[in-house]
Amino acid sequence: MSQSDDTLLLANVSRRGLLKGLAGASALLLAARWDIGLANEQAQFGAGAMPGGWVDNPNVFIHIDANGLVTIVNNRAEMGQGIRTSLVMVAADELGADWDRVRAEQADGDQDKFGNQNTDGSRSMRHWYDPMRRAAAAARLMLEQAAANQWGVSVDQVRADIHKVVHPATGRELGFGQLAEAARELDVPGREGLVLKSDSELRFIGKESGLINGELKSTHPKAIDGEDIVTGKAIFGADVDLENTLYAVVARPPVYGATVKSVDDSEALKVRGVKKTVRIDGTGQPAAFNPLGGVAVVATNTWAAMEGRRALKIEWDNTPAGNNADYTSDTYRESLEKAAQSPGKVIRQSGDVEAALKEANKRVSATYYMPHMAQAPMEPPVAVVRVSGGKAEAWAPVQNPRATREGIAGLLEIDLENVTVHQTLLGGGFGRKSKPDFVIEAAQVAKAFEGQPIKLQWSREDDIQHAYFHAVSVDHLEAGLDGNGKATSWRHRTLSPSIASLFAPDPKHKAGFELGMGFNTMPFSIPAIRLENPPAPAHVRIGWFRSVYNLPHAWAIQSFAHEMAVAAGKDHRDYVLDLLGPGREVHNLTVGDGWNYGEDPEMYPIDVGRMRRVIERATEEAGWGKERAKGRGLGLAFHHSFVSYTAVVFDVEVDDGGQVTIHRADIAFDCGPQANPERIRSQMEGSCVMGIGIALQNEVTFQDGVAQQSNFDRYLLPRMPNAPKVVRVHLIDNPDDAMGGVGEPGLPPVAPALCNAIYAATGKRIRRLPVGDQLSA
Amino acid sequence: MAVSLTVNGRERMLDIDSDTPLLWVIRDELGLKGTKFGCGMGLCGACTVHLNGHPVRSCSTPVELADGGDVTTIEGLSQDGNLHPLQKAWVEHGVPQCGYCQSGQIMSAAHLLQHNDAPSHDDIVAALSGNLCRCGTYSRIIAAVESVVVDDAARPDRGEA
Repeated sequence: MSQSDDTLLLANVSRRGLLKGLAGASALLLAARWDIGLANEQAQFGAGAMPGGWVDNPNVFIHIDANGLVTIVNNRAEMGQGIRTSLVMVAADELGADWDRVRAEQADGDQDKFGNQNTDGSRSMRHWYDPMRRAAAAARLMLEQAAANQWGVSVDQVRADIHKVVHPATGRELGFGQLAEAARELDVPGREGLVLKSDSELRFIGKESGLINGELKSTHPKAIDGEDIVTGKAIFGADVDLENTLYAVVARPPVYGATVKSVDDSEALKVRGVKKTVRIDGTGQPAAFNPLGGVAVVATNTWAAMEGRRALKIEWDNTPAGNNADYTSDTYRESLEKAAQSPGKVIRQSGDVEAALKEANKRVSATYYMPHMAQAPMEPPVAVVRVSGGKAEAWAPVQNPRATREGIAGLLEIDLENVTVHQTLLGGGFGRKSKPDFVIEAAQVAKAFEGQPIKLQWSREDDIQHAYFHAVSVDHLEAGLDGNGKATSWRHRTLSPSIASLFAPDPKHKAGFELGMGFNTMPFSIPAIRLENPPAPAHVRIGWFRSVYNLPHAWAIQSFAHEMAVAAGKDHRDYVLDLLGPGREVHNLTVGDGWNYGEDPEMYPIDVGRMRRVIERATEEAGWGKERAKGRGLGLAFHHSFVSYTAVVFDVEVDDGGQVTIHRADIAFDCGPQANPERIRSQMEGSCVMGIGIALQNEVTFQDGVAQQSNFDRYLLPRMPNAPKVVRVHLIDNPDDAMGGVGEPGLPPVAPALCNAIYAATGKRIRRLPVGDQLSA
Repeated sequence: MAVSLTVNGRERMLDIDSDTPLLWVIRDELGLKGTKFGCGMGLCGACTVHLNGHPVRSCSTPVELADGGDVTTIEGLSQDGNLHPLQKAWVEHGVPQCGYCQSGQIMSAAHLLQHNDAPSHDDIVAALSGNLCRCGTYSRIIAAVESVVVDDAARPDRGEA
């Protein structure tokens, strides 16, 4: 963990207050935005509080060769969010590098060297923007010093220009490449001596480019991997090609926790190309990141391994799975809906909800259901692992290389230093690849083939049936309204199995970080509030899915707020603005949340004013309030997550057959300062499509513990005709607040906004996702 | 069986089981990694290649059906060293997010343009609805394809077709 030597400047003042007061003054911003831990004290919040913390040593991240080619190391997983372009762009801008002479290099998994690399929680840019700018500013200063030394002048007589350092007094100049060797020998300057570029000196950071709401603006700087992707040269997990590779697939127990009772592999071994079968053990429950066990078939190519697996005859033993083998979705949903009728663990309380409900002029009540979903990245899990001489080397598309190393080291009982993890591009992650079970599984097989690389490929069926599923959820809400329709009370019970069930005996209650995802942080201003969490057991592996528990919380709360507006006979937008109350900052601790996405509540309060602003912007842009034709309607939802603010309005048409056409989506988004607006827009567009799938299509059901969907024939994902005909992303210009997340906060309001639009178009209220064929009934 | 294929203009001879999907021949035997495995059932389009000028899902096309045929993969879409207009448009419009499905998207779009000089919005959607993108890049794909159509239509040597 890096320790700041700057201790006193900010210790006694609100960092955010300082930040706001000093916007634009770069030298001070350097300190103000800095994730400063007190001397000799572990940082409590932000990047410094993450395992491995941050690193800003230029020698770790920036290399310049004699020809002036600048290599910038990206330490975060690239899974489509564009971080390889965006972080490299941040450093290149601060350094003053010519974009055409910049390349990215992907860091291996090495937290001690590169700082935290766990790419989840929408943290990459907000945690690495400052360290990368400092690393680049330090490198620039070293180049300037090298030039000054060569010219025999003081460093303040020279200045860095684009890819060169100049001495204005004499007109002399030296290219970065000419200075690189000498600069490398210099001491790294202290942070106190660094001056970041002012906003007016920046060429890339915060600048709009690319496709903006249908208009193509400048395309500079182009995506780092763009050309490799469109020509098929980009290397994803399965594209790693080592000599002498064998190919493996695994037959896993269909029920969580089951084991192999017996296996007959005689037919499998007759398949041409099949070399061997390997029985691998699971570790039982809780599974954590460990493989599920089963039988691996190893062959000379992928297809032979798959054919061999088809020929296996396996008898499974469900005894160790316990009642997971009885897990059936309809029954489970009914049990949660029943449990939602009784009080649960109290999470947050103010006023007397029961009394207020009794006195209410009108009561509104609804129960919402969100099913299990599989992340289903287009690239199914895959890994290449070689175990040799007490060492292991892996090539894999993982979001968390550290956990991958630890898992392999634990399995093989070797030191962490003897495990190398090379990060490939990820063909989508969405939380699935936060769990390195598939790489550890490949190591299990590779252990049996000393020295030989094993490429272990999951099929789509494997991926959907053995996902770490998004938690199924039931949310039951009840509100009391007074004679004017104004809310006087709000009671919300939320029930979901917890991700914590992966790591410890099932707690049956949501963990703090799960509740903090939009449940107890609900920002409405209502006199009496009672939030409860009755128990819900886990029967499958529950895991992170993009936006995680924000999905059911936003879906239920945003649907219900609309139902309240309808019951009150009020306009939905006006009603929710009234529910929110005036702009104000809510401290997370005052609403019972001790998490706040790991961020300092001083810098990141729940800002109701920002929430109001995205609602106002999205509704204005969408033409809220105008009359719509029959069968057509607008729907609104909004949500605060990953310390950013999103509002979505859909313009939807539903025909007599129940077919939904999405004419337009207006998305307003406020993440504070925008490092790369182009990729922020693309994340909003993508979240919109993924959320449409959550609303209309995604569902994995279980029967007797076995997932009933296995491929895209029954696990439906949005296709081009499902996407909005027009998508408009409205980025809120807000450079003065602290930087928020981007990859996930666009998703939670999408499904409720769409269902609210469906209500506006048809009068039909959706309370159970997905919509499926509910509209054609 | 002995199979003969012309892949991106180069003749390849293989001894392989006749039911092996073309995808795994391309990836595991010929080492061309641009064609992706997504579902194995022809449902997602990530494995789309051109076989004798037609877009096929290589994951569910047994290699025997391709015997003697002409296969074009993403690596062979442009033969002259320059990017194909669609590839260029994809980069300019920032279409890819993770990029995994984009080879298949481009191969489907390329076939559309080979047979339809001026596809409408609906033509584009129809031609690409078999290609899934989990990142949700559909609106940019449409914009990129339309830009090529517009660019093409604006060229003086076109327009009489």
